[in-house]
Formats: sequence, structure tokens, C-alpha cells
Amino acid sequence: MGKTLFDKIWDSHIVTQIEGGPCVVYIDKHLVHEVTSPQAFAGLDRRGIKVFRPEHTIATPDHNVPTVNQHLPIQDQLSRMQVNKLAENTKNYGIKHYGLNHPYQGIVHVIGPELGLTQPGMTIVCGDSHTSTHGAFGSVAFGIGTSEVEMVLATQCIMQLRPKCMRITIDGDLKKGVVAKDIILYIISKISASGGTGYFVEYAGSAIRNLSMEGRMTVCNMSIEMGARGGLIAPDEVTFAYLKGREYAPKGKDWDKKLAYWKTLYSDKDAEFDRELTYNASDIEPMITYGTNPGMGVAITGRIPDIDSVDESARASFSKSIKYMGFEAGSPMIGKEVNYVFVGSCTNGRIEDLRAFAGFVKGKKRAKHVVAWIVPGSRQVEKQAKEEGIDKILAEAGFELRQPGCSACLAMNDDKVPEGLYAVSTTNRNFEGRQGPGSRTLLASPLTAAATALTGKVTDPREFL
Amino acid sequence: MAINKFTTLRSRCVPLPVENVDTDQIISARFLKATTREGFGENLFRDWRYNKQNQPIKEFVLNNPAYSGKILVGGKNFGSGSSREHAAWALYDYGFKVVVSNFFADIFKNNALNNGLLPVQVSSGFLIKLFKAIDTDPETEVEIDLGKQRIAILSTGEAEEFDINPYKKECLINGYDDIDYLLSIRDKVEAFEATREHE
Repeated sequence: MGKTLFDKIWDSHIVTQIEGGPCVVYIDKHLVHEVTSPQAFAGLDRRGIKVFRPEHTIATPDHNVPTVNQHLPIQDQLSRMQVNKLAENTKNYGIKHYGLNHPYQGIVHVIGPELGLTQPGMTIVCGDSHTSTHGAFGSVAFGIGTSEVEMVLATQCIMQLRPKCMRITIDGDLKKGVVAKDIILYIISKISASGGTGYFVEYAGSAIRNLSMEGRMTVCNMSIEMGARGGLIAPDEVTFAYLKGREYAPKGKDWDKKLAYWKTLYSDKDAEFDRELTYNASDIEPMITYGTNPGMGVAITGRIPDIDSVDESARASFSKSIKYMGFEAGSPMIGKEVNYVFVGSCTNGRIEDLRAFAGFVKGKKRAKHVVAWIVPGSRQVEKQAKEEGIDKILAEAGFELRQPGCSACLAMNDDKVPEGLYAVSTTNRNFEGRQGPGSRTLLASPLTAAATALTGKVTDPREFL
Repeated sequence: MAINKFTTLRSRCVPLPVENVDTDQIISARFLKATTREGFGENLFRDWRYNKQNQPIKEFVLNNPAYSGKILVGGKNFGSGSSREHAAWALYDYGFKVVVSNFFADIFKNNALNNGLLPVQVSSGFLIKLFKAIDTDPETEVEIDLGKQRIAILSTGEAEEFDINPYKKECLINGYDDIDYLLSIRDKVEAFEATREHE
């Protein structure tokens, strides 16, 4: 029997397996940020051991960083201490660190791909659940806890039970105004926020193949939002073209050798998956969420479900969620008042996202009552946006391009949506209080965010196309 | 280094019959700025526990004096979302030793096990019985025997066996730590590295 893409990569990284227990998995690339690493470094200190393979770990601060005045010391004392601690720990343990103001600093899941650190066939981990982003390159990438961060630092390995494999195939052409974000919000709305738990998901089909690398990253990024360990897409010419010439990508003969290997990374025709799902791309509309988990999404032209249509066991949680959002069950999404728009994050903070947003608002004006934060995913994205004049287009339309970081996606810095107000956000989570205590988040694509920023209410981007 | 051992536990329960309790609710991102593992219990379920004026919200179960104990009973998909291990630390620091649910998110489950916090996954039917027993009598005690992989509601006599990976079970019973194990096989890791074609 043939192997799945996941099997091929996983199997080639098993150091040993405990009988009836977890696999000891070798990790090729370890990304580190300031929030989930200090306790792991403290563990090494206590044990009196060094980092086993420091050259396989790369660090950058992203969660806590402000998105204005990054040249100044961070105002928030605790944030500053955590960011400084990362610099200190990485220096002490000999780990490459792209600190604040370094031209390569940014959200870990944005800089990994753009620097060519992320490559097909690798195992990649980070103390962050959106590590699944890197699966877009045909790597096995997933988020881990801090104890596991310590394991990787100490031994370059972690211990994991083998997940099951699921394939989600999406064939056909996407409709106008429908983008990668809508695909993944659609899938999660179909299988729920827990429907992928226990699985690693391979995304396949022509609609996935036709996505750019950045679109594929958006899809893989949100795998965790259906509970999946990670998501991945077989590498192809689009992947190889993206990688070629990047800072850490292989060069010369090494490139040829790696390329030959990368071309073997696909699920064999006779490979069997534990679960298979298929959707038609043409059924997907621009999507938006109405509740407090990413599975609570509908087509933007749709309505919030009626309570009667919700599974009886889930009704109490559904009602709690709708109440938190201040919505009525059964009401339409179009036209709901929005106060904030956030474009950014590891889901949609890359250059194509900024281009899409800027292209949409060019020559138009932001609705006066809308506060908008446009936050690039990295310094390199910021630089490129400026080179392309995106900052000027945004400024003319009443928007400001801020400095890179995770920002309002989880509101660890000062970018917080006030209590009770509504934000249309290109991020990945609409949990209670995610964007600030009491904030209400509606997840959507950069196009929907742009249309909404212009009108100040939930708006179908196709009205402008 | 070791984790705290777990063998058996007899305790009252704290019921939280909500689905999809994500780790942002367990411990909000704004409390993740600490650089140690201690003290997160204070802010466990912060925004469900306290209002803006930092006054306890009476309706929330942790503020209800009728309920106490070392066992938290949650709804489906407990611990979803962010990989933050701080969620497991916060629950443990608050005093919970066990979380019962009919479905756990993957990363949370791993993090809990790595910190001596036992996730007990029961059937949906048993979970309903458990919520009902606690609702009928908040002083209902539950006994968890990790060796036998059994959870029992003492007042009703209802019991169920639960699954746990045998390796993880050994670790919890003996207080073993994965890192100690991995450090002990570093020669195997080096041997593995030497065999790799693609690196």
C-alpha cells in the first residue's frame, strides 16, 4: 500500500518508538518567540544543560511587540521584559535571534517561509498553534507546548503519538471575490471547531493547487481551528518557484539535490486516508463568522442559524456565544455595524493580503467611524509594501500602515478592541475577549475586511467588484 | 526533574457545562507575560470570574461556594485553540488535578499530561450522568483510579473505564519526565542524525 505525504515525512523522522507509546520525532526546524519560551530556557538553566542543536532554532519576538514606534523601548514593562528575556536567552544559548528592528523580524510564521527556512519534507515545530502555516510547503509542522519547546532545545526531539490522516479535496474554480481565507472558513464551518481533532490534514484538489503559496499558507494556518494537529499541501512548481533564491533556501548543487527529494513528496495514488472529505470550490461564498469559535461561520449573504437548527446538546453553548456577540439568532450578517477593522496576523498579514486590501480601497475612503489597523506580518512585508507604494494608497484612503507583529490578533500589545465593539478581522480566532476584554470578532478575508472598512458595516466585497 | 505523581484521587467536582472552552478563556493572552510557570491560577478564567471592576461574578461556578474540589468537569472540545501551556499551568496552580470531558483538544491534552494534570476522557453518556449527579448534589464525590483507568461517581455507583496511553500512564504514576527520557537517548538521536540523507 502506498504512503500518504504525511506518512512519508513522519516516518523519515522517527528516531525510535516506545512500544504502545509515542514516537520520538526528530525536528528539523524550531521557531521560537518570546511568550512560550522563557520557561523552557529556565528548564535548561535548572538542568544545567546546553541547547543540543542551536543551529536548528531561530527566534524572533512577535506576540508582544508594539506596532508603532518600534525604535523606542517598549512602554509596557512586562512586554519589554519578555522581549528582552528572549534576546538574553538566545544570546546565552547561541541561537540566531532576529530582534526588534532587525530587517528580518516579524511573526514567526511569516518570516519562516519568507526567509526560506521553511522547506518541503521538514518537521517544523514552534510553541504556537499556528505553526501549521508551514505545512503549505509540504512540511509536517505543528504547534507544541512549552515543555515540548524544552524537549526540542535539549534533544532536538519531541514525543508524539502518531496522528491519523485526513484528506480534504476541493475541486473546481473559486467564484469572484472568494479567496483562500473563505475556503478554510468554509471547511471549518462544515466540520466544526473540533472536527479535525486527532488528524493531520492534507489539502488537495484543483482549487488548492491554483492557490499561490501565500493563499496555501492561509489555508494551512487555520488547520488548528478545526482541532487538527496540522495541515499540509504537497509541494509543486509553485512551491519551488517561491523558495528559489530565498536567504536560507539551498543553492547550486544542493538545490538540485533537494529539489529531486522534494519532488517525491506527494501522497501515493493508492495511499489510504483515515478520513476523506470533498467539497466543490463553486459552492464557497465569501465567509464570515458570527460566534465565538471559528466553526461558527456562514456565507456573508447568509444568516445566523436559528436555535432550532442547532444540535440540542450544543444549544446552551450556542446561545451563550450569540449573547456574547450581541446578535440575534436567525438575523442576517450583511449590514451589521462594525467599529474596527484589523488586517494582519500569520493568517493574512503577508504582502498579497496587503495588496488585496490596498487594491480594493484604492481611490475610496474609509468609513469615518471605523478604526482600522493594517499591520504587516514582518519587516520584509512592510518594506515591500512601501516599495510598492501600498502605504501611500492606504494613506489616501484614510488608512495607516503600522509596524509588524501579531498585534490585535491576540491583543498582547496595545492594539485592543474595546469592550462591546465589533471588529472584522483577517485573523484566525473569534474567541471571547481574544482581541481585548469584551471585544467581538468577526473573522473574514482581506477583501471582506476592505469592503467593510469602506462602509462601516458588514459588506459583501462583491458589491464593489 | 520530575512531574508530580498521580495515582488515585477522591474529590468533589466543579462543573463547567460549556462546549469549546478555549485556552484563551482558561488564561487570557494578557496574562502570558510572565517568565515563570507559577501564579497563573489567580487569573484562571479571569473574564468569566471577575467583572471589569474586579468584583467576582456570582453566577460563575468558581465563585459559587456550593462547588469545590480538585476535579473540573468540562464540555466537549475542552482546551481548544492556542497551544499555550499556561492553560495547564493555570488549572494546576488553581488546584485542579483532573479535568473530565467527553472530548479534549490535542495540544491541551499533551500539555496537561506533561504537567501532572490528568485529562480523563469519558463517554458523552457518562458526562451527562456526571453533570446530573453534581447538579443533584454539589457534594457528590468522584473517585479516579489511574492504575485501573476507572472513574466512579460515588453517590450513584456509576463508573466507567477511560483510555490513556500506557506510556503516559507510567509517566504520571511514577512522576517521570519526557525530557529526562529524551536526554537518556541522546546517543540514539546522534546515530539517527548520522543516517540522514537529506540534511
